[in-house]
Amino acid sequence: MQPTTEIDPRQTSTPHVKSWEPGQFFLSLLGLLVTLVVLWWGFLFLRGDFFPDAQNWFKAIFAIVWGVGGVASLFTVSNMLVEALPNDVRRRIQPYIFVGPGVAFLAWFLLIPLLRTFYQSFFDASSTNFVGLDNYQSAFTDRQMLESFKNNLLWLVLGTGLCVVLGLLIAVLADRSSFENFAKALIFLPMAISFVGAGVIFRFMFAYQPVDQPQIGVLNAVLVALGGQPQAWLAQEPWNTFFLIIVLVWMQTGYAMVLFSAALKGVPEDLLEAARIDGASEVQAFFGIIIPLIKGTIITVTTTIAIFTLKIFDVVIVMTGGQYGTEVVATQFYRQFFTNRNFGYGSAIAIVLFIAVLPVMIYNLRQLRKTEAF
Amino acid sequence: MAVAARARTAGSKRSKITSGILVNGSLILICILWVIPTLGLLISSVRTRDDINTSGWWQVFPHLEYATTRTIQLTAGLPLDQPIVVSDLGVTISDDQMRAGYKLPDGKQIKWDNRRARTVAVQEQNWTTTANFTLENYSSVLVGQQYTYKTADGVEKTDQGQDLSGAFISTLVVAIPSTVIPILIAACAAYAFAWLRFPGRGLMFALVVALLVVPLQVALIPILKDYTSLGITGTYLSLWLAHTGFGLPLATYLLYNYISTLPREILESAQIDGASQFTTFTRLILPLSIPALASFAIFQFLWVWNDYLVALIFLGSSQGTQVLTMRLANIVGSRGQDWYLLTSGAFISMLLPLAVFFGLQRFFVRGLLAGSVKG
Repeated sequence: MQPTTEIDPRQTSTPHVKSWEPGQFFLSLLGLLVTLVVLWWGFLFLRGDFFPDAQNWFKAIFAIVWGVGGVASLFTVSNMLVEALPNDVRRRIQPYIFVGPGVAFLAWFLLIPLLRTFYQSFFDASSTNFVGLDNYQSAFTDRQMLESFKNNLLWLVLGTGLCVVLGLLIAVLADRSSFENFAKALIFLPMAISFVGAGVIFRFMFAYQPVDQPQIGVLNAVLVALGGQPQAWLAQEPWNTFFLIIVLVWMQTGYAMVLFSAALKGVPEDLLEAARIDGASEVQAFFGIIIPLIKGTIITVTTTIAIFTLKIFDVVIVMTGGQYGTEVVATQFYRQFFTNRNFGYGSAIAIVLFIAVLPVMIYNLRQLRKTEAF
Repeated sequence: MAVAARARTAGSKRSKITSGILVNGSLILICILWVIPTLGLLISSVRTRDDINTSGWWQVFPHLEYATTRTIQLTAGLPLDQPIVVSDLGVTISDDQMRAGYKLPDGKQIKWDNRRARTVAVQEQNWTTTANFTLENYSSVLVGQQYTYKTADGVEKTDQGQDLSGAFISTLVVAIPSTVIPILIAACAAYAFAWLRFPGRGLMFALVVALLVVPLQVALIPILKDYTSLGITGTYLSLWLAHTGFGLPLATYLLYNYISTLPREILESAQIDGASQFTTFTRLILPLSIPALASFAIFQFLWVWNDYLVALIFLGSSQGTQVLTMRLANIVGSRGQDWYLLTSGAFISMLLPLAVFFGLQRFFVRGLLAGSVKG
C-alpha cells in the first residue's frame, strides 16, 4: 500500500467562491424525493403488488435496471444536493457522501450483526431468556459439535496443506514445462465451478453400484478393474471426510498455483545461478532460496485457504448432507438455526467460527498500522 | 522457460532431457487427473439415461468388449452341479466359471447366454463404443412443464421438468446487480479513502480491513431478522443487499489499493480546471480504474453465481426465485441417483462461469493477484 498524498480542499475547490444555492438545493431535494418514490414503486412492482402475472423475463430485466439504476441515481441525486450547499459545509460533508453508503452497508451487514450475534449467543433457543455461557458450554461438549470440530480441524490441516503443497508443486512444474499456460488453465478451471456443481461432479466420481452391476463411478471402476470390491466411499467413516476434502483440493489448488506461479516469476535468476555455481542441488536451491523468498505469498495463500476451510459448507451439504459423521461447524450452524430453530445455540456456533479467524483479523490490522497512509 | 534455460548451464544434456520428461510427464499426469471429473460430467450429460446407469462414461471411447458371435444349445435339463461339457469346443468347466465367463485359449470367451434354457454364448473381443449422444437430458432439466420421453424399449413416459431455465434467469437477476452495486459503492468509498481527508477516515478504513475475514455466518441470523421486519425475505432485493454487504470489504480494499496508486497530477489538474469531486470521480477515476473494476467484477460475479448458503437462507423455498445452485442441490436431495438430471443440471449451472472464465481469464487472475496483497 502506498502512502497517498491528499488533495488539499482549500486549493482544489473551484476558483470562484460558490455560495449557498437554495434553488439548486431544493431542486435536488425534490429530485431525491422523486427518486425514492420511483424506487419504492419499482419495489412494489417487483413484489407483485401491481401486476402479479407479469412475465418472468420482464421482471428480471426490470429488476436489474431498478437495482443498478437505483444505486446510481441515488448517488447522483444526493451528490447534487451536497453540491448546492455553501462551500465550507460542502467540503466537510462531501467525503461522507462518497464513503457513507459503503460504511453504512458494512455496519448493517457485518459490524452490527457481529455484535448482535454475540449478544444473542447468551440467550436460549427462543432468544428470550438469558442463559449465560450455556450455549458455549454445550458447543464444546455436545457429541455432534465435537465431531464437527474434529472434522473442521481435518479440513483445516489436510485441506489447506494439500492445496498449498500441490499448488506449489504444480507451479514449479509448470514453470519448467513446455506447456505452462495450458496446464495452468486446466488446473485453475475448477475455480469457476460452484461447490454445489463440484459436489455433483464428485458424487458421480464416487458413485457406487452393487458388485454384480457395472460400475459407473471412476473410482469404483478402477478398484474393480484392479480386483477389489466396490466401496460406498461417502458412507465410510472416518475416510469420507477425506474424500470430501479432495473436492476442496480439486477446486482450490488452482488458486494457490496462480499466486505461487506469480511469486516464482519474481525470484531473481542470478541468485539461483550463484547457488548452483556454489554446488547447490535443485532441491537445496528450492528450499534454501525459493521458499524463503516467496514466504509472504505462502503465508497469504495458507491464510486465505485456511479461513475458507473453516467456513466450508456447500460441499458437505450436497455430498453427504452431514450424514455418516461428516458434519462440520458451518453445517451444524445451519442445522441448529434452521432445523432446530435454536437461535442462541446457532449464534454461539457462529461466534466460535469468528473467534477462530480472529487472529488473522488482528494480524491484518497490525499490517495496516505499519503502512504510513493511515 | 527461464528455469529450463538455467538448468541447461548446470546439468549435462542427458540429465536435462530426463528431467524434462519427468517434469512434463508428471504435469501431464496431474492435468489428466484434474480434467477427469469435469470430462466425465460433460460426457455423461449427453448420454441417454439408460446408458448412464448401465455403463461408465469412459465407454464412449473405443474399448474392447466381448460380443456374442454364436450360441450353442446344450442338452435341456443338464445338471449344473457337475462339470459341464461343451463338446463343440472340447472344454469342461463348472457352472461358476460359466457364469463369470471362461476364457478359451484362442482369446474367445464362453458364458451362459440363458442359464435356464442351457444356451451358451461364444463371445469374441471387438472394438466398440457406446456412443449414443442425446440432448434430451438438457431439455428435461431446462423445461418447467411436463415433457414426454421414450425409454429404451419404446414406452412413452411423462415426467415433470426441473425448470432450470427459470432458475438460470433468476441467477442472472441476482448476479448482475449483486456485482454492479457493490462495485459502485466500493469505488466511491475507495476514492474517498485514497484522495480525501476527513475525520474518522483511519477508523473507517480499519473497519474495512477488519471485516475482510469475518465469516458471514455471524451475520446471517440478525440480517434475516431485519429482512423479516422489513418484509423483504425471499425477494431479489434481499440477496442484492446481502451480497453487496458481504462483498464490500474486499471490493473497497482492492479498489483502494488501485485508486491510491493513480498519479496525483491527473487529479490535481482536473481540480484546477474546476471539476467537482463528483465529476472527477465519474469522469476520471472510474475510467482509469477499469482494469481493477473489471477484475473485481469477475471475481464477485463468479462468487455470487456460485453462492449457495446466502441464497438458501435469504431466498428460502420460494419456487419462483430459486437460483441454480439451490435447484441443483434440491435435485441432489430428491433425485440423487438420477444422473441424467444431475449431470446435465450441473453442466448448465457451470456454463456461464466457464464462459466468463475462458473469456476473461487474464482479468480474473489479475484480480486474484491483487487480492493476494491482503494479509
